[in-house]
Amino acid sequence: MSEKKVVVKVKRQVSPQGAPYWEEFALNWRPSMNVIICLRDIAENPVIRDGKKTTPISYDSNCLEEVCGSCAMLINGKARMACSALVDQLDQPIKLEPLSKFPVVRDLAVDRQFMFDGLKRVKAWIPIDGTYDLGEGPRMAPETQEKAYKLSTCISCGSCLEVCPQVTGKGSGDFMGAAIMSQVRLFNMHPTGAMHAHERLQAVMQPGGIQDCANAQNCVKACPKQIPLTESLAEINRAAWKQALLHWLIG
Amino acid sequence: MKEPKIIVVGGGLAGLMATIRVAESGVPVDLFSIVPVKRSHSVCAQGGINAAKNQKGEGDTTAKHFDDTIYGGDFLANQPLAKRMCEAAPGIIDLLDRMGVMFNRTPEGLLDYRRFGGTLYHRTAFAGATTGQQLLYALDEQVRRHESEGKVKKFEGYTFLSAVIDDAGICRGVCAMDLRSMEVRSFAADAVIFCTGGIGAIFGRSTNSVVCTGSAQSALFQQGVDYANGEFIQVHPTAIPGEDKLRLMSESARGEGGRVWVPKNPAENRPAKSIPPNERFYFLEEWYPKYGNLVPRDIATRAIHRVVYQEKLGLHGRAAVYLDVTHIPRETLDRKLEGILEIYEKFLGVDPREEPMKVFPAMHYTMGGIWVNGEDQATSVPGIYAAGECEYQYHGANRLGANSLVSCIFGGSIAGPAAVKYAKNLEKGTDAVDSSVFDRERRRQEEANQSLIAQEGSENIMTIWRELGESMTEHVTVTRINKNLETAYNKLLELQQRFGKVNLSDRSKWSNQTLNFARELGNMLLLARVITMGAHARNESRGAHYKPDFPDRDDTNWLKTTRAKWVNGDIQLTYEPVDTSQIAPRPRRYDALK
Repeated sequence: MSEKKVVVKVKRQVSPQGAPYWEEFALNWRPSMNVIICLRDIAENPVIRDGKKTTPISYDSNCLEEVCGSCAMLINGKARMACSALVDQLDQPIKLEPLSKFPVVRDLAVDRQFMFDGLKRVKAWIPIDGTYDLGEGPRMAPETQEKAYKLSTCISCGSCLEVCPQVTGKGSGDFMGAAIMSQVRLFNMHPTGAMHAHERLQAVMQPGGIQDCANAQNCVKACPKQIPLTESLAEINRAAWKQALLHWLIG
Repeated sequence: MKEPKIIVVGGGLAGLMATIRVAESGVPVDLFSIVPVKRSHSVCAQGGINAAKNQKGEGDTTAKHFDDTIYGGDFLANQPLAKRMCEAAPGIIDLLDRMGVMFNRTPEGLLDYRRFGGTLYHRTAFAGATTGQQLLYALDEQVRRHESEGKVKKFEGYTFLSAVIDDAGICRGVCAMDLRSMEVRSFAADAVIFCTGGIGAIFGRSTNSVVCTGSAQSALFQQGVDYANGEFIQVHPTAIPGEDKLRLMSESARGEGGRVWVPKNPAENRPAKSIPPNERFYFLEEWYPKYGNLVPRDIATRAIHRVVYQEKLGLHGRAAVYLDVTHIPRETLDRKLEGILEIYEKFLGVDPREEPMKVFPAMHYTMGGIWVNGEDQATSVPGIYAAGECEYQYHGANRLGANSLVSCIFGGSIAGPAAVKYAKNLEKGTDAVDSSVFDRERRRQEEANQSLIAQEGSENIMTIWRELGESMTEHVTVTRINKNLETAYNKLLELQQRFGKVNLSDRSKWSNQTLNFARELGNMLLLARVITMGAHARNESRGAHYKPDFPDRDDTNWLKTTRAKWVNGDIQLTYEPVDTSQIAPRPRRYDALK
C-alpha cells in the first residue's frame, strides 16, 4: 500500500518547565485536509513515524473558521491559524511549533493572557452608564463604521505580537503589541469612546506603550484578518504625541 | 447572611450578559469558561440580530416579530416569554449600539437592517457578516471593564464538571476542573447561571465550535435538572462541507439576494456560470414563491434534501447545491458579506463573488435544552438558572435566523437579576452550608477522573466520538424514521458500553485534553439518548422534527413540551402543555400567505 502520506513534525513540551523535543508523524492524506485534521488524526492514533506510541498533542482550538483566534501557532515557521492552514498548500514535512512570544502551556498550547491584560490596561471599552434603557446610540457615518468595523474584527490571535521584534515574550513591561494599539484607535474613533480618548492615550504613553513600536511593520503582514495595523500604530503615535505636547503646553 | 455570590458558567453572549447584569447590581460574579471568553462560540454567529425597529417604513411591529417567531417555531414555544423577548429586542439593539457595536449604517447614519428567513420584513441588524463576533466583543469589553473594577473574577481555562447540590436539593455552587493543573475544586455560590451553549459535537461535525459538546447540560441532567424538547435540532440549509467542521454560510447571503439552485439536467457538466437561466432550477423560489430563498431553515433544508436525494439533482451527483451571490455587485458583497465570503475563499480557494458556492445542510442549533420556567430562566433545581442556547424556552420547534442572538442576550439579562433576587432572598446562604457538601462533590469528580485514567481497555475516545457523530447525523437529523431511531438508540447503548472500556492515550496530570474530552464524551453519549428518545416518541412532524411516516403536525396529541427527567439513574420522558395564550395555533405553510 502506497497511500499518499502527510509528514508532520511537531515541537512538543510536556509542561511550561519541560524541555522541548520533536516528534514526527506520517498521516494518511485526505482531500481538504488542514492542520487541525492532522492533529485530530494524531489524537485518534497517537503513534509516531517509527511506530512508537505517544500522547495526543495539546493545542488550542475552537471555532475552526478563523474567527475565534484560538489556534494560532507557528506553521513552517510562520505565525498563522491552524484551521485555515491547508495541507495541500504547505511544504512537507509540515513543521508545527508553539508561538514563541507566549509561555507554552503544553505542546502547541500557549498562554496569551498578556494580550487580554493589555486590553484592560488601555481601557478597551465604551464606558456606558448602564444597561438600562437610554435610547439609541450615536449616529455614525457609514464610512466611519466601515473603517471601525475592520479594526473591530481583531481576533486576539497574537500573530502580530509573535512577529514583532519589539515583543520579547518576557511579559510585563513588554510592548503591548499592534493589536492593542489598534483597539485604542477603534475606541477613540467611536463618538462615546472619544470622550475618554485621553485616558487610553495616557495608558499607551506608559512603558509597553506606543513608544516601544520600532516600525518594523511585520505585524500588518502577519495579521490573518488584514487589519491595517501600521495605520493604527501611526495614528496612535500621532495622537499620543499631540496629547503629550498639549499637556506640556497647558501644564 | 453575607453578601451573596453568583457564579456564571459559560462566557458566550448569554453568559456575558448575565455577568454584566449581576455585576451592575453590585453583587460579585465568578465567571467560568473553558476558553478565554472572547473566543466563545458566539463569534460564529454571522448574519445578524432581529428587532422590529421598523427602520425601513414597512410597518413592522414587535407583534409581527412575535408572530413570525411563534409561527416559525410551529407553535411549540411557550408564548409569554417569547413575546417579552420580541418586545425587548429594539431596546437590546439600542444597548448594543451604545456599547459600540459596529453595526452597518445607512447614509443617514442610522442602523441598517436586512431580511432574514421566516419574515417578510427588514428586521435584522448586522455588523458585516460577523455580527455574533461583534456582539460578543462588545459584551466581552463591558465584562472586562467590570473585571478591572473588581466586580467580576474570571476563571478561564476551567471546565464545569457538576453542580454542588446539598441534601435539601439546593444548588450551592459548582465543581470545576482547571484544564492546566487538572485540579478539581468546588466553588461556592448562592446561585449559578448556566450559559453553556450548543451541543453540536454530539453530531460529530456541525457548524458549532469545539467546546459545544452539551457536556454541562448532560451533567446537570444527571443531577436532576430537567431537559426539554431535546428532539428539536436545527439543521442549517447552507454550510460548506468539511472534514473537521461544517462551516456555516449565513442566511444573510440569501437575505442580501443570494439564490439557491441546481442545474435542471442531472448530467450537467458545464461550469455553473455558463449554465443559462432557463436551465437552472431555483427550487425554493418555485416551491415557495412568497418567501422564496428566505423560507425558514427547516423548510429550506428539507427542500435541499428532496432535490438531492429524491429528485437526484445534486451537483455532479453529489450532496451539494449552489448558493449563488455572483449577480450581486462586488461592492455590496464586500460591505455586507465579506466575513463569510472570506471563509469560503480561504477554505476552498474559490472566490464566491465569481463562482456560485457549493453548500449542503449541516447540524447547527438545538432548540431544545435545559428546562426553564416561563418567568425568569429558573430551572427545576433551586439555585440553578439557564440562558442562551443551552435552554429551550424561545424557539419552539424551529428557530428563526437572527433570533438566537436576541434570545441569548434577553435570556442572560433576565437570568442575572433573577439569580441575584433569589440569592438575596435565601433563608440560608451558601456560607452556612457544611463544607462536607463541597468536599463530597469534589471527591466524586476526582474519583470519576481517576477511574477513567486507570481504565485499561481497548477503545479510543476519538473513534467512539466519530461513530456517535455518524450515527446521530444519519438517523437523528433531517428525516426521522422510528426504525432508524431505534438503530441509533441501540448504537448509543453500545457506545456507552464501549466507553466503559476506553483506554486514555494520555494519563498525564498536566493539561490533559484527552481526559477532559473523555469526560465530555461520556456526557454527550447520555444526552444523545435523551435526544433520540424524544425523537422516537414524538410521532408527528413539527418544525425541524420531520417524520415521513407521520407527515403532519398533530396538535391533538403533540402540542406539548417534552420534559425529560432523570429518575433512578435513567431517562424518563414526561410531557407538559405549551402556553399558547397569545396566538392560537394555525397551520404553518410557507408556500402560501400565512
